[in-house]
Amino acid sequence: MSAVKELTIKDAAARADELHDLEGDRLVVNMGPSHPSTHGVLRIVIELDGETITRADPDIGYLHRGDEKIAENMTWNQFVPYTDRLDYLAPLANNVAYALAVEKLMGLDDKLPPRCQYLRVICCELARISAHLLGLGAFAMDVGAMTVFLHTFTEREKIYNFAEALTGARFTTSYTRIGGVLRDTPRGWCATISKFCEEVLVSIDDAERLLTRNKIWVDRTKDVGPISRELAIDYGLTGPNLRGSGVDYDVRKADPYLCYRDFEFDIPVGSVGDCYDRYLVRMEEMRQSVRIIRQALQRIPGGPDNATNEPVNVPDGKIILPPKDKVLTSMEELIHQFMLVTQGQNAPVGEVYFGAENPKGELGFYINSRGGGTPYRLKIRAPSFCNLSILPVLLPGNLMSDVVSILGSLDFVMGECDR
Amino acid sequence: MPVAQTLELAQKLRDRFPEWISATVEFRGEVTLEIANAERITEICAAAKAEFGFDLLLDLSTVDNYGDDPRWSIVYELYGLGHGVHVRLKTSVSEEKSELPTVSTIWRGADWHEREAYDMMGVRFRGHSDLRRILMWEGYPYFPLRKDFPLAGKPTALPDIAFTRSAPLEGGPFITPASGLDSVAREPRARTPEL
Repeated sequence: MSAVKELTIKDAAARADELHDLEGDRLVVNMGPSHPSTHGVLRIVIELDGETITRADPDIGYLHRGDEKIAENMTWNQFVPYTDRLDYLAPLANNVAYALAVEKLMGLDDKLPPRCQYLRVICCELARISAHLLGLGAFAMDVGAMTVFLHTFTEREKIYNFAEALTGARFTTSYTRIGGVLRDTPRGWCATISKFCEEVLVSIDDAERLLTRNKIWVDRTKDVGPISRELAIDYGLTGPNLRGSGVDYDVRKADPYLCYRDFEFDIPVGSVGDCYDRYLVRMEEMRQSVRIIRQALQRIPGGPDNATNEPVNVPDGKIILPPKDKVLTSMEELIHQFMLVTQGQNAPVGEVYFGAENPKGELGFYINSRGGGTPYRLKIRAPSFCNLSILPVLLPGNLMSDVVSILGSLDFVMGECDR
Repeated sequence: MPVAQTLELAQKLRDRFPEWISATVEFRGEVTLEIANAERITEICAAAKAEFGFDLLLDLSTVDNYGDDPRWSIVYELYGLGHGVHVRLKTSVSEEKSELPTVSTIWRGADWHEREAYDMMGVRFRGHSDLRRILMWEGYPYFPLRKDFPLAGKPTALPDIAFTRSAPLEGGPFITPASGLDSVAREPRARTPEL
């Protein structure tokens, strides 16, 4: 028979003195790359002293696909589908930002037909609402408020339906072309958007009622992860994260592109820069986007269904593909089609940077061209990349459980961060 | 922002460092200041931030001028939140040197940008506190954005974990760059990897 070993288990109260301030090893915790709150594949190596974070080292690159390298080997239009996969929560906005960057290089940005500009603005703002709805839903769910997610996803689903009606794809829209858009709106599209504007405002109010004065939500977000104005600028934060810290920088106002000058809208800014402020800024931005969409729908040249046949593309055979029926019957169109498909639009030599106000912040493209139909170098300034670079100074000092709040409030997307 | 205002501010910056800033290039309403000596970049950026109000470093990118000397161009996109002017600083570094001073001491956001530039191009930033790879993994042997790195990639091993092969490209990319060269010479993927 085996001997019975006696164990004495001291109760916790008896060990209180020992446990009081234990000089122990710091605990290193690996958060991610597949953690529900990292929204993709962000890995953070967190060093803990008790429950307090002492060091945080984000490890990114799990979704790196070499988009910049790929771009160097493609014609301008061929890269449009790759932009869908940057911030894959707002593909329409990425399409527009990329097209505008190339158009700036080609000197086309002031030649875009008004209807095209209005369509692009509507697309950008729909994308913003869609991205913020997801960001908000996921943020609330991570912090424990499941219901908001269901509300916001109902609305988001409608935006996907609009994208499908407009572009043929729900997710990978690839809507823009250099010098225009893929196609005009289908019949009745604008009318359904007007209806949606009513509905989404109700949903935003519902979400707001569930969260803004919810004690648990406020406790989890208020004064958590505050970013000072100076720190935000120092780290190159843009978008709602910068505005949450009280800086009223929005590219749509600071350097208006497309027809943003024509619309009345406000830029919400926060005061403290904590998670709660960033949440409030996003809520208000959605309302402002609805405001812009309503004005755009009212004033869109050609009316909702383009009764007057306004063009949506630049009238230039060397930029836009000719109509298909002309290609096989007319020599000039055939040549244009052939040149555009095999060589791409001929860009001048030069370099430009164009930044657009995307849902996550300023999505910039630096294009270095040596002429011809491909970029020599295309650098993507991804807002999520810059926004995440603040984590090593933002996380230390916070509790482990607040990481989820902070990540949710920064609202990043790894497709764009890793490129 | 009107070009005139940008040019005016760029001229002031140039007058501040007449011997270091060699050229002002204007294109599509943007102004590029070329810096002759990359060693001076920290001082110029410090003055641009402190004296000229360029408080936001929007982006830092690198260009591989493969076959030319100097091989690397480093591009800084500066923006001033106070005055709304955007200026681009551009400098070059030779392949033998492949090193220039960091600006992460001026804008802390440059930290990750410089790590990325090092990771993708192999340009080192002197004085950077933590110059590690960022997108590729630690120990990855190549610099993938260099022009002599093939698009298909090169086989690499992550010891004891994984092995990657070159990507099957099935004959792509299907573009014809305008040049007088034959298809083998102008096709980047067909070039034999030299690294």
